Amino acid sequence: MKIKAELMDRQSINRTLLRLTHEILEKNRGIKNLVIVGIRNRGDCLARRMIKIIQEIERVKIPLGILDITLYRDDFQRLADSPVVQETNIPLDITDQKVVLVDDVLYTGRTIRAALDALIDFGRPALIQLAVLVDRGHRELPIKADYVGKNVPTAADEQVQVKLKEVDGEDKVLLMVP
Amino acid sequence: MQLRSRHLLGLEGVTNDEIGLILDTAVSFKKVLERPIPKVPTLRGKTVVNLFFEPSTRTRFSFELAEKRLSADSVNFSASTSSVLKGETLKDTVKNIEAMRIDFVVMRHSAAGSCYFVAQHVNAAVINAGDGAHEHPTQGLLDMMTLREKMTKLEGLKVVIVGDIEHSRVARSNIFGLKTMGAQVGICGPATLIPREVEQWGVTVFPHIEDALAEADVLNVLRIQLERQKGGLFPSLREYRSLYGITRERLDRLAKEITIMHPGPINRGVEIDSDVADGDYSVILNQVTNGVAVRMAVLYLLAGGRPKLKE
Repeated sequence: MKIKAELMDRQSINRTLLRLTHEILEKNRGIKNLVIVGIRNRGDCLARRMIKIIQEIERVKIPLGILDITLYRDDFQRLADSPVVQETNIPLDITDQKVVLVDDVLYTGRTIRAALDALIDFGRPALIQLAVLVDRGHRELPIKADYVGKNVPTAADEQVQVKLKEVDGEDKVLLMVP
Repeated sequence: MQLRSRHLLGLEGVTNDEIGLILDTAVSFKKVLERPIPKVPTLRGKTVVNLFFEPSTRTRFSFELAEKRLSADSVNFSASTSSVLKGETLKDTVKNIEAMRIDFVVMRHSAAGSCYFVAQHVNAAVINAGDGAHEHPTQGLLDMMTLREKMTKLEGLKVVIVGDIEHSRVARSNIFGLKTMGAQVGICGPATLIPREVEQWGVTVFPHIEDALAEADVLNVLRIQLERQKGGLFPSLREYRSLYGITRERLDRLAKEITIMHPGPINRGVEIDSDVADGDYSVILNQVTNGVAVRMAVLYLLAGGRPKLKE
């Protein structure tokens, strides 16, 4: 695949995360009962950064959950290989908590569907909201994000690659074409 | 990374990477078992038959729990209540079960190699739950998971297996697996219960328990099958205990801690004393907990990596 455009750089990712975090605090009127849960493998890095921003604003560190949705995928029967199962860590009882799910790219919505099922096996949250860095459209399920970093119209054969320092060594969002 | 075989028939020939993958996956599944709802929907729609031609409580229970925790449907078959009593052959039994669209066969049988035979005749993935004196791979894996959990790594670890090595599938699976993972393996027991092919396995033989204890970081104490004594392989249980029994006094004489394992069921006061089995260094109950996680990992890894069957 070739790079078609650089959608975001380090600075714009930082600014966007700052705005998203403020929106989360605004909509939930602060941090009471707030839990941030990142979806592997990049949503968890974004979630960690958001918690750091909240800590700078509110002087309180709110809990971080990490979700691996592998065991809840709807395409398991169709995959040739069993995907690697990584650890899920929800450090508290999420019952009656406000959970903000964080992922890098919102596309078909199937990952979020799996994440919702996985979360509900851990308890009954008061509400679940969704924050994504990029929404690229092409939904296959009735799922909508509450907080969107950037809306990017894409063609189905294109790919949005989010690169984060923690995993990829650099912060960048790229639009790739075949 | 994927398992190369679509069956798990034994640990002989399974690579270091493959065992590592199973153990890592099992650690994730152990976390699933600690959740408020210890169940995931991954194997929905898959069907497993637990085919037990030999009695078993722990292993069958553990497999059944693993299957249910992964949302697979499981059916149980035990030889004592089946057409085997009417003279049905193994091949016919299995062919008939497969005609009911089964994805996995978990099998225990008193004949070594029976799982290989079944694997050749069915499309389902076969998991060996113990075949005669040959192998019991999931027991080997859960023992390694327990050791890795306690000792952080298997490489360089000194493990001595004590007891009836000759008739033990647990010993074979442990030896193959541990050797592959870089552990040093020793065996200790009466000469009549040490197999002849032992030299090919690259293990140290300790005729005396004291020498084994001096070397070992870990003891895996095997069950002494009471019927072996009737076969004249050792004179009496009392003598066995005095020569090979793991007693508090024996362990107290050492200047170190030894981790104690036992695959169960225990003959208390024969191969191991109660205060050792229930003592601080015993990981016997961890083995049982890890058994479910390891079996989930094996089912999971064999379920996905299935090359397309008959096209």
